[in-house]
Order: sequence, then C-alpha cells, then structure tokens
Amino acid sequence: MATFFGEVVVAPSRAGVDDEESAEETPEDQEIRRELEKKREVDVLWSLKSGASTESSADEPFVCSKFIVAIGHNAAAFLSSFILDSVCWEVVGVVKLWNEWCRTSNTTNVLPTDSFCLFYRLISDPTVLLCQCSCYVAEDQQFQWLEKVFGCMQKEGLQVTILSTCPVADYKTQESTLTLPSPFLKALKTKEFKEQVCCPLLEQPNIVRDLPAA
Amino acid sequence: LLQPAVSVGNVGQLAIDLVISTLDMTKVGYFYTDCLVPMVGNNPYATAEENSMELSINAEVYSLPSKKLVVLQIRSPFIKNKYRPFCQTLLSWVKSSKCVRVVLLSSSHAYQRDDEQLLGTPLRYLLTPDLEKAVGGIMQELNWKEMEKVAAYPGINDTEKVLHIPGGGITKLLFTESCSKGIQMAVLLKFCSEGDNIPDAFALVNYLNEWLQLIKSEVNTSSQWKIPSSWRLLFGSGLPPALF
Repeated sequence: MATFFGEVVVAPSRAGVDDEESAEETPEDQEIRRELEKKREVDVLWSLKSGASTESSADEPFVCSKFIVAIGHNAAAFLSSFILDSVCWEVVGVVKLWNEWCRTSNTTNVLPTDSFCLFYRLISDPTVLLCQCSCYVAEDQQFQWLEKVFGCMQKEGLQVTILSTCPVADYKTQESTLTLPSPFLKALKTKEFKEQVCCPLLEQPNIVRDLPAA
Repeated sequence: LLQPAVSVGNVGQLAIDLVISTLDMTKVGYFYTDCLVPMVGNNPYATAEENSMELSINAEVYSLPSKKLVVLQIRSPFIKNKYRPFCQTLLSWVKSSKCVRVVLLSSSHAYQRDDEQLLGTPLRYLLTPDLEKAVGGIMQELNWKEMEKVAAYPGINDTEKVLHIPGGGITKLLFTESCSKGIQMAVLLKFCSEGDNIPDAFALVNYLNEWLQLIKSEVNTSSQWKIPSSWRLLFGSGLPPALF
C-alpha cells in the first residue's frame, strides 16, 4: 500500500499479522521457540496450611465456594483499599510469570506499583478465595493461567466473580462517551448465575477481552 | 460445515454473521481452545430484550438441521504459533464428526492482485480434488473464476506455480491440509482492503448463495440478509456535539 508520501508500507490488517508459518522451522528455530515458551510459562505456587510452598500440582482440588478475581491495577487497588487486610485474609498463593510487559515480583509484601498476582484466603471461611492480579497476562499465557489456577479448584458449587476495568473511550454507545457520567458499572453473567446483578448488563456491541474474558 | 477464515477486512466472519443472523441459527456448542484471543460479550444476534443476555465467546458453533448446515463463527484473531494446531484440531473434528463438506469464506489483499485480476469479478473459488469431482461442473455453470496460482519465484522462473493467498490467514493452510487429508473443501474468497467491509461481506455471502441457495435469491438480494444487532457502532461511539 502506498501512502501519500509515496512510500510503500504494509497495511495493518484487522485480521492479524499474516507473516505466519514458514513451514520449515530449523532445529535452531525450534530450540529458540521452546526456550521462549519455557520462559513464558505460568507457574502457580500455593502455600499449604503449614506455610510450606509447593508446586501447583496439589493432589486434591481446593474446596472453594467463592472466588473473586480482580484483574488490572484499578480492580486490584479496589480490593486493597476496601476488602483486604492482614487480619481477615492470609496469602495462600502466588503466580509467577514473565512477558514483554511485566515480570511478577517474588515477594508477597508487594507495593501497589508492583506487578503481582497473589491469592488470598478468608481466615474465617477458608472456602472464600480472592485473587489480585495487577500484572499483564499476555495472550499466549491467558489460557495457561486459566487452566493452572482453576485446575486446582473444585468446580461444583463454585461462584466466580471477576472485577476488571476498561477505558470509557472503548465503550461503544450511540451518544458520545464524553457526556457519559463515568465511572459506571456493567456486567456479564452466565446462564447459571441466578442471583440479582447489581448493575445493568453490558450492551451489544461491547465486548470484554484478555484475561477477564478467558 | 460453513466457516470463516480470520482474514483481511474480516469479510469471511462478517459474511458468516449474516448467515447466522438471517437463518436464525441455534447455537449448539463452542470450541474451548487456546488458539484464539479470548473475548466474551452478550448475544450478538439479539433481537429483543429476552434473547440479549446469552453470553457469546470467540469460537461458537451454530446449526440449522433443515438445511443440514453447521456453521462455525470465529470472533477473535489467532495467537502466534497457534495457526497450525488449530487447523489440525479443526480438521480432525471435521473427520470425526463425519462432516461431508467444508466451505471456507475468506478474503485476500486487493492490492496484491496482478493486472488481469484487477479486471472483472473480485470473487474467486478453490476446490480440493475430492470436491472438484463432485461439484466442479456446478462452478463451470455458475461461471465462477478459480483462484489463480502465482509463480513461486517471480521474475526468475515463471513455470513453477504455487497457491498464494496474502491476507487470508489460515485459508491456505486449511486448504492444503484438506487436500492432503482427502477432505472435500471449497474456499470462497473476495479481494478487498481494510475499511468498511460490509459491502464486501454482502458480495461474498451472495456469491455463496449462488451455489448453496441458503435463501431465495431475488433481484435485490442485499435486502434479504438480516444485519445482526452487534454490527451497530462498528466504527465507534457517537461524536461529541462540542466537536462542531
């Protein structure tokens, strides 16, 4: 495609990058790809009651009745400000991952500006779990995150609530978004969620993407 | 099985939206896959308050038993390095579910056309050898144009020709895999560019209809297809009045 100035550029396509799949991958390429994949692996580490850390392959799935996941800085900050405290909640797990945008901190004593992904459990009711995920989980890691985190949990009787934020500018509506009173809440729910939702449902054509969607 | 390729202008996907919406197809399942970027929203084909609350995700399957038609809709881009695993999984599903034939709707960059392709119809078709035997004759009658092959080494050696579908996403991969696995697959594609691709989607879905006769084709066929409610605001929200 030629621009006004006469240079030829590759037009960005909504369909995604098409430079895929040189069918022949040399052994070196395969090795590099494998190394990269290993580096991008998502590790979920749970600490048991005794306080010792183990790998995520717990023998039995956690019994969990409520799982609240806060994704993104704003949602994580909301939980920090209004819900979490060191008296009622204890840290029970952490996710370690790396991608081009962030690396998770190794400690559980995190600053609000760090990138982290921690799991907390309500001491008075250990079936209530909370996850604060302020690190960006890349596209290729989202499925892994999902499988590894939910893989440890018993799914019967589990209610999941996901908290997230999106820029108002991304919201599609008939009027201009400038005049919208913000911030505002919208929800998406599965058929199985029978309780009352506290805010209006997200109207078409708006969608949710990335980790909250996964 | 009718499905789109995630390709330039998303034309295949838009065309599939028209098919699902017009034929009022029922959702029968979805793909739980790590190959596509996750997304979720409310029912894109909602017509009223009552049916607008069903969640919809990135790869869903719809069916219309009366026409023995199954449609797969893909709503997000592929994740890097996942084209091949997706194609393999898809084709093994096609085989195991004993699907007779696959029709893939796709598109290709208009600016990559050669001089001859610039003239005449921008619509093309491709058939795997197994399907060629069955319906090759119909394509002749419809006067359709087969997608031309291009020289493998342009300028150096013009005799060796290969199939090249720039901007077609998984089209070429799915097609070549189907050829080698003996699957009956047809590819219908349109040359186009990024932009408002709604007219391209209509052109492609009418092209498909010439062959499959999904709806009755009358003189003004664009009015026969039902636009889904999710096509509202394709280019963003309303403008702030203070702008003017």
